[in-house]
Amino acid sequence: MTLAYGAVLLSLASVLAALFADRYPTAARVAFTLLGLGGLAAVAAGGAALLGHEVERATLPLGLPWQPWQLRLDPLTGLFLAIIGAVVAAVAVYGPAYAREFRHGRSSFAVLGGFTGLFVAGMQLVVLADEAFTFMVAWELMSLSSYFLVAYQHEQAANRRAAFLYLLMAHIGGLSILLAFAVLAAHGGSFSFEAMRQVALTPNWATVAFALAFLGFGMKAGLVPLHAWLPEAHPAAPSHISALMSGVMLKVAVYGFVRFSFDLLGEPQWGWGVAVLAVGGASAMLGVLLALMQSDLKRLLAYSSVENVGIIFVALGLALLFLGSGATRLGALGLMAALYHAVNHALFKSLLFLGAGAVLHTSHERNLENLGGLLRRMPWTGLFFLLGCVSISSLPPFNGFVSEWLTFQTALQAWTLQSGVLRIMVPVGAATLALTGALGAACFVRAYGVGFLGQARSRQARHAREVSLGMRLAQGALAVACLVLGVLPTGMVELLNGIPQGLLGQGLTEATVHGWLWLTPIEARTASYSGPLVLVGLSAAWLLGAWVLRRGGVRRVQPCEPWDCGYARPDPRMQYTGAAFSQPLRRVFGMALSVAQVVDRRDGLRYRLQVGDRVWGLLYEPVGRMVKGAARRVARLQSGNIRIYLGWSLGTLLVLLWLIS
Amino acid sequence: MADLLSSLHWALALLQTVLFAAGAPLLTAWVRRVKARLQNRRGPSLLQPYQDLRKLFAKQVMVADSASRVFRAAPYIVFGSTLLAAAVVPLVAVHLPAAAIADVIVMAGFLALGRFFLALAGMDVGTAFGGMGSSREMMVSGLAEPAMLMSVFTVAMSAHSTNLSSVVDHLLSGGLVLRPSLMFALMALLLVAVAETGRIPVDNPATHLELTMIHEAMLLEYSGRHLALMEWAAQLKLMLYGVLIANVFLPWGIARTLAPLPLLAGFVSVAAKLVLLGVALALAETVLAKMRLFRVPQFLNLAFLLALLGMLSHVILELGP
Repeated sequence: MTLAYGAVLLSLASVLAALFADRYPTAARVAFTLLGLGGLAAVAAGGAALLGHEVERATLPLGLPWQPWQLRLDPLTGLFLAIIGAVVAAVAVYGPAYAREFRHGRSSFAVLGGFTGLFVAGMQLVVLADEAFTFMVAWELMSLSSYFLVAYQHEQAANRRAAFLYLLMAHIGGLSILLAFAVLAAHGGSFSFEAMRQVALTPNWATVAFALAFLGFGMKAGLVPLHAWLPEAHPAAPSHISALMSGVMLKVAVYGFVRFSFDLLGEPQWGWGVAVLAVGGASAMLGVLLALMQSDLKRLLAYSSVENVGIIFVALGLALLFLGSGATRLGALGLMAALYHAVNHALFKSLLFLGAGAVLHTSHERNLENLGGLLRRMPWTGLFFLLGCVSISSLPPFNGFVSEWLTFQTALQAWTLQSGVLRIMVPVGAATLALTGALGAACFVRAYGVGFLGQARSRQARHAREVSLGMRLAQGALAVACLVLGVLPTGMVELLNGIPQGLLGQGLTEATVHGWLWLTPIEARTASYSGPLVLVGLSAAWLLGAWVLRRGGVRRVQPCEPWDCGYARPDPRMQYTGAAFSQPLRRVFGMALSVAQVVDRRDGLRYRLQVGDRVWGLLYEPVGRMVKGAARRVARLQSGNIRIYLGWSLGTLLVLLWLIS
Repeated sequence: MADLLSSLHWALALLQTVLFAAGAPLLTAWVRRVKARLQNRRGPSLLQPYQDLRKLFAKQVMVADSASRVFRAAPYIVFGSTLLAAAVVPLVAVHLPAAAIADVIVMAGFLALGRFFLALAGMDVGTAFGGMGSSREMMVSGLAEPAMLMSVFTVAMSAHSTNLSSVVDHLLSGGLVLRPSLMFALMALLLVAVAETGRIPVDNPATHLELTMIHEAMLLEYSGRHLALMEWAAQLKLMLYGVLIANVFLPWGIARTLAPLPLLAGFVSVAAKLVLLGVALALAETVLAKMRLFRVPQFLNLAFLLALLGMLSHVILELGP
């Protein structure tokens, strides 16, 4: 607990340091150092909680007189505290060089660094909170400070719009969460989570509370159809903040959902699982399809976050479904898969955002169609970005694969379910997952192939240079973490085991019973995966091939011109573009997207393609119009004539008198 | 798990993998030869692919000057991951440790890893053909993978295992029962195999006509040993799907103990099954025409639908209330 306090206090101290950064440039460095130390403290605190399996409580003399702040550190909190800490530490190493860009010009580092510190402290407090009041205060601290970070580059109108949308959605979500807590607090008579755990709700009230929590946390996590703010807001912030928002803040929303529905709410119903599974599957599908269509690298990554959050919720849905059907062990497995994927996504999405930030830093270009050939100019960033792409495409032996494998294993236990409908639904969910996995691979082949391979498509890309050591180190550390979590899944599963043990009373001890080499989630006969041996096999196959060829064949490699069909040397404009790459899939899945193609013949031929999110037209704009219409109707009250205002006041007074009499 | 780690088991698993790698060119040669006969040609000798590989390995490698390291690393990664995927599939015997290291989902993952780097290599040189091939390959595989996993899941659900050895073992001990779910899954997997290995009617391995290429377009810039590895990997993939279909859906003959006689029987039976499958493939390639690229999604949707039907019939007909 001391370490957790240390983490929060160090983050707050970095706010103080950042305030002086505009006058003394060293203060920025100090702020990032404090932030990084806070991150390390959070990792240590979280790790200790995960290893120790014990629950620590504390009461702080803050808050309302009758409701002091209560904090709690259990394995679930520990895991998310460690996720926050790990990414924050990487960002703190990355940040100083990246933020130097903002020192010149009108923007102030004090604002950036200050709100970063508040944002991180807010997230840490959310996971530590042990009663609804603290939770909501910390939640709002997180939402509001991240609003200022999204609006940081407010000179561009698009960023202001994104920030406003973000603020609006965050508040609707926050309201929904507040109501969900209110249902529990009203029945339990107290804001503390301990009292809420004791509440026995009727099934209907439980469903109401669950629906409100799902809406609120799902909105923050960016689930379809409420995701539209996410790809606007996350890319608008500076890249290291995008990494924090996509990598960590979405996980805090996942934490909230897990805490609420697995811990506070008592017995889950299988119907909730079906709803979560369906929404998660839809998010994963739509997220990856839209990611495939983006030409802005950071927007692509943001849509891919929608996809990955969808995958996490698919696993959570499976867990709820199994728990609701009485299969506690399979529920624990689903929860484990979801948490594993949450860790993985935090690592590789931060890695990719930091990579995109490095590209943006050196070339000032986010549009894939203007990039190309970066691997040769930025070999390290290129390598780390490639590792991130492999991990996020869930390919063995990297970490994304392990969590997807665990999710598949959970889904394949559908035959144990009693209900025939569920038995069919669950494998169909697994098939959706398979489709998103394959499309995700296509998406990242496109991102990497267009951005980093081939030839440079613009002057900026041609003059890109490798970024500074700190920025590379942060990416390298995250890439190594991705590999380690992929190769040693047993260690991670053992570490996570305390969470289902604590929440559901059932761990996954048999998953690691055959030693550190073998991961056997159900039993050895059913399925086993050996990350270390897969790595050994892959490296052995490659080394053997390389060795045989070195001895036998001709060693020299001769450079030549690429095949030009006998005409002219291929120039960068002849390459496949990102839009061309995704054209076949755009054609196949066109009905899920709103595609507008325009061929402009006015001065020369110009082809313009816009792929939009259908959710805008189907949900956001109608709701927006309705709100606007209602506001206009209410605005009729405001005639500007003082006599009418006095009349309204008199009328209100009379009604109130009548009410209290 | 400990019993899997005896050295005999490992040696057999390794031997099986070597057999896979060595046999793959022969299967391709067999398909080509039958196809040639069906078209009233004599066709090359059965050893021709081996000679091609030898020739390519001895040749100098030309690499386009716009290519990066990914281009040069990709052949090794593609070959290595395809070989590992092949190692997972029981060829002659079940209960070998390779199947425990990696189950059928991991096998699909290995294939996806190889495909990922193949597609990246296609985009690396920065010509139009490579990108075209990669884009099409990712579309085809994106639609084929769910169909494949769905059909495999049908089998895995009925065997209650994703370990290919256990699946084969379960189907063998179940005796000869005609299950509708397996029939549907088999049909789906056949369609997927055709798409994934780039055969007619989805892709034509013999074409270099630019507008229709998928797989070949990505290999256009390769030469020498790089090309040899890529070709070999493609042959391995064909054999892998052949063995997967042969041994999972028609598992009879595979060795369940590691005595010499059952192993010999397993070898003979899998060879016979592959010969028959090769004839079937050659026949299909002769009578069918390659379809337009944008008909391929419908083809794969059919595969997915069949796999889904397999899953439904398993859940409804076989699982019971």
